[in-house]
Amino acid sequence: MTVEEMMNRLGLQVFAAGEMERDVTAGYASDLLSCVMAKAQAGYVWVTLQAHPNVIAVASLLDLAAVIVSEGVKPDLDTIARAQENEVTLLGSAQTTFTVVGRLSAAGVTGG
Amino acid sequence: MWRYLLADLHLHTVLSPCAEVEMIPPLIIRRARELGLEIIAVTDHNAAHNVAAVVEAAAGAGITVLPGMEAQSREEVHLVCLFDTVEQALAWQERIFAALPDRENDEDFFGAQFVVDATGDYLYTEKRLLSVATALSMEEVVAGVRALGGIVLPAHVDRPSFSLIANLGFVPPGLPIAGLELSRCAEPAEVAQRLPQTAGYGQVVSGDAHRLEEMTARTMFKVQAPTVAELALALAGQDGRRVEIT
Repeated sequence: MTVEEMMNRLGLQVFAAGEMERDVTAGYASDLLSCVMAKAQAGYVWVTLQAHPNVIAVASLLDLAAVIVSEGVKPDLDTIARAQENEVTLLGSAQTTFTVVGRLSAAGVTGG
Repeated sequence: MWRYLLADLHLHTVLSPCAEVEMIPPLIIRRARELGLEIIAVTDHNAAHNVAAVVEAAAGAGITVLPGMEAQSREEVHLVCLFDTVEQALAWQERIFAALPDRENDEDFFGAQFVVDATGDYLYTEKRLLSVATALSMEEVVAGVRALGGIVLPAHVDRPSFSLIANLGFVPPGLPIAGLELSRCAEPAEVAQRLPQTAGYGQVVSGDAHRLEEMTARTMFKVQAPTVAELALALAGQDGRRVEIT
């Protein structure tokens, strides 16, 4: 599934669009960026409640396919600007992390 | 004149729901004297009601009490906020209270939150839920404290919970913090190896004491005076000031 297909399937809001044709290889969910840095890998989608600018640095560093910010949390303008600068795909969902992960799982995205 | 001052810049009083009942002003000052501490900071969770009582209890003891707070940002990062005066700390408390969720403390679960006088006598109970994240971002906390003349040290960054490094991975470049706090038993060399992103920041080891025996005297400041501005210079290694961890 590509990032764009995932976006359409889950009805995600787009805060910043990177490479939308990219394949989502697996997923990871955590609000602790130190855990994400240790566990997520290139091509993953990351689901989190954190909307701090550091999220973009981690996504860029790990070359993630996309970040989904859950529960309708609005990223800071700085976070969005950094996502655009770094071509990180930053998406949003009004649903909880649990529900987003459940829907990703139903769509065939595994934990890697 | 240079002064070499042992400091513990993070301790809780009975206002913090998780602190033991022994954490009252006269016992805190007595323990500080036993340890040879000359600077302590009172840093309760999201509140500063007890700072004036500890300042008063320290009168004549040769110990500088910095009024402070351990604020919790919306990223669930604990930030030690330090001021020179009670008025500054209380002004900051107003800002924090406005950013706390409107919930009452559950004493059975979290513990009680006591406001006391300088002798440790009970005055009243704070009803707000203090052990919780505020709506302020980490950047807003740092900016707000600095605007009031204070300094910020992200707390226990070597630990897995409520830590800037654990929650946000690394210090955002340009964040105007005074330095980083390591937890009571931390070994700076081990932390530097495990968390290289902590390099380049002035560091202290603080007790984060919730009981008297947890107060610690591992951080020595070389400063001209026990003020937050001098501590900030020492943490930056500027103008001859410095800080050493033993």
